[in-house]
Parts: sequence; structure tokens; C-alpha cells
Amino acid sequence: MKKYKCNVCGYVYDPEVGDPSQNIPPGTPFEQLPDSWTCPVCGASKDDFSPEE
Amino acid sequence: MKAVKVKENFYWVGAIDWNVRNFHGYSTFRGTTYNAYLLIDEKVVLFDTVKHGFEEELLKRISSVIGPERIDYLVINHIEPDHAGGFAKIVDVIKPEKIFLTKNARLGILAHFHKEDYPFEEVKTGTSVKVGKRTLTFIETPMIHWPDSMMTYIPEERILVSQDAFGAHYATSQRFDDEVDECELIQEARKYYANIVYPYSPQVNKLLKTVKDMNLQIEMICPDHGVIWRKNPEKIVSLYERWSSFTCDPKVLILYDTMWKSTEKMAYAVMEGVFEEGVPVKMCKLSVTDWTELMADVLEARGLVLGSPTLNNGLLPTVSGFLTYMKGLRPRGKVGAAFGSYGWSGEAVKLLNQYLQEIQAEIVHEGIKAKYVPDEKVLFECMELGKAVARKVKELCSA
Repeated sequence: MKKYKCNVCGYVYDPEVGDPSQNIPPGTPFEQLPDSWTCPVCGASKDDFSPEE
Repeated sequence: MKAVKVKENFYWVGAIDWNVRNFHGYSTFRGTTYNAYLLIDEKVVLFDTVKHGFEEELLKRISSVIGPERIDYLVINHIEPDHAGGFAKIVDVIKPEKIFLTKNARLGILAHFHKEDYPFEEVKTGTSVKVGKRTLTFIETPMIHWPDSMMTYIPEERILVSQDAFGAHYATSQRFDDEVDECELIQEARKYYANIVYPYSPQVNKLLKTVKDMNLQIEMICPDHGVIWRKNPEKIVSLYERWSSFTCDPKVLILYDTMWKSTEKMAYAVMEGVFEEGVPVKMCKLSVTDWTELMADVLEARGLVLGSPTLNNGLLPTVSGFLTYMKGLRPRGKVGAAFGSYGWSGEAVKLLNQYLQEIQAEIVHEGIKAKYVPDEKVLFECMELGKAVARKVKELCSA
């Protein structure tokens, strides 16, 4: 599963970890995050993320 | 207007804004300063500029040491207009050979000034630049407190130029922590953290660990607002450790407003309950309390009890306004409950509980509603609510 990086603040979404702050369980691929999910650091939307090289 | 010597060949050359009282909504009752620093080595380096309108003060202070046109390098640690508002004008005067900044800062400067032909040089964490006997080492600090933010460390001097982190809106003629009233300084530093840095506490926590791991020796912290920490930089670092880990005092705030004093009667009953459990408590009526000052209390109090009557099926705007502001600052580790009077529909308590959920507070009581005017029974329940919050606060703070 691919990691995604926030273009605004640099936060990296790691699917292995998920995002406990928004009840996203470990093992959730980025593509399956709900559209309402936002960057837990700066609040940017899903569109502001790019796959990490 | 002269430069202030900080160390040999390192000067404060910023500006003092004595009379600003509203800084984008932040009540700056003690004014502020826009700090800039000048390093003289084989290369002459200026760290940050000032707010637009204060460029002359900056240039005068620089001129008391060296001609501004002799500056070779400009370091932009943070692009917010209180530090980079004077960027275009200052760059026109000093014509630097290089401008060091992060990638996000370059994009941000472009989006502010819409001009690209500046001699930018992007830096990353760990990038080092020799300027003679001394070195500039850059540390990116994204979201402390903007995406562009970074700090500059000068290892030979053990100086950390920390931009907004460790700062305070505090205008004084003196430039160092040991020259001002410590209580006033800590009060302003706490208020600054609560209103500016608080949402990024997880990043601060991580940064403090990184700084420890890198084993950076810090003799002085030079922030972009307020005084330089030279006597006791550990003091502000330990406070940042405390605040960023959401450590709180066993204390309860009652944040409320009232229409016909029914909710206020309930608030006083809650207060009695908290007090009877031996926990310090503070009443904060939101129509007469300054939001910025109040956030400093929110930062350190474990318990938050919210009260509002229902107005037109919603909250009183004085309450919802503050709660919207507070929610954005992302307080964590709180214990809470809600109360309020109503006439017919009574949505306020439900809405207040939603705010508590949004800040991930532990709600210890379902909340209390009183129709029109609370009777003795309701006031007794309010007291019991206050006791329940206080007991949970004591339990968590002693754990």
C-alpha cells in the first residue's frame, strides 16, 4: 500500500498506521479514506495529497 | 534607534510595536515586537524582516552597525506578513546575493508578492551554509506554525533563531528574559502558545524530541516576537514540553453566557459543586471575557464546563463564537459537561456536547437542561454535575 504526502504541510499518511485521530483503522489504503477525511496536521483535503516517491 | 548587541557580532535589529492592541483578532494588551537579527561574519546575514510599515526602524537599527547594502544573505524563517510584510522593500534596499528559505516559503512569498526574480535558495532540514567562522544550519518546522516555517541554528554560537516558536507578544525596551518581569513574560508566552501554537502541539512534541536527539546545545533562543531567552532557555523549552503534551492543572473553567440569568444561576451551582470537591474553579462569562486571554486558561485547565441558554434553536452567539475559535485551536485531554436553560425547544446542551466531542473531551455527565428558571432540584443537580467533573479532574491529574 502506497504512502501519501500532504502537499501543504508534509504530513505522510501511512496506510499501515491509519489515522487514529479520525478513527481510521490501520490497514486502510489512502484510496479508501472517506472524502470527508482531512490532513490531521493542517486540515487540507484529500485532493491536496500526492503519492510519495 | 540602534541595534542591540546579543553576542559578539550578533545583533537584534527588529521593531517594537508598542500600541498594537488587535493583532488579527489576538488581543495584544502589551503590544509586540517584530524581531530580526543581524550576524556579521565574512558574510553578513539578516534573519527575517519586519511587518510592513516598520521597515525604516529595521534599516535604522541595521545602519547603526553596518550599511544595509552590505548584507549578503537574507534568511526567511517564516513568511507571515508580520515578518515578511517588509520583504519586498527590504530586498530592494539590501539586494542580497542569496535568500535562504524552504520550498513552501518560496511558494508562499510568490503568492504574497507575485514576483519570482528573487535570488532564492531552497533549504531543507540539515542544510548547512558556511558564512565565515560560523555556520547556518536549517531545521524545517512545518506547521509550527505555518507550512513554510523553519528555524536556523548557529552551532558556533549555540544560538537558535526560532521564528514564532518560543515567542510572546510583549513590547518592552529590554531585549532579554532576565531584564523583564518573569511573571509577565511567562503569562504572555503561555497566551502565545494557546492562541498560535496549540493546534500543532503534536508537531512541537516531535520537534522537541528531534532537538534532543540531535543533541543541539542551546545557549540562547531568539524568537521573532518578545524577548530573547538567554538566562534560562530551558524554562521555555520545558513549558513547551508541558503544553505540547497536554499536561493540565487540576482546575475547572465554567465557560458560559446567559440571557435572563437562568443559565447563570446554573453556572454558580456548578461552581459550588466543583469548589466543594476542593478543585480550583473559574467563572468565565463569555460576553465579557477576552477570548485570547481565556485561551491561556483553557490551555492549562483540565475541566471545561460549558453553559448556554437556547436562543432561536441554537447557542448564544457569544458562546458559539468562542467555541468555534477554541475548537480550531484543538485542545486535548479535557474533561467536560454542559448545561443551559431553555424556553421551548432546548437544543443548547446537545450542541455544547457536540463541541466537547469535537475536541475529544471526556464527557462525564449527560448534561442538564432547565425550563425557564431552574428550581432547587435542578440547582442541586447542577452542583452534582460540578462535583462529578471535579472528581474526574482530580482522578486524572493525580494519575
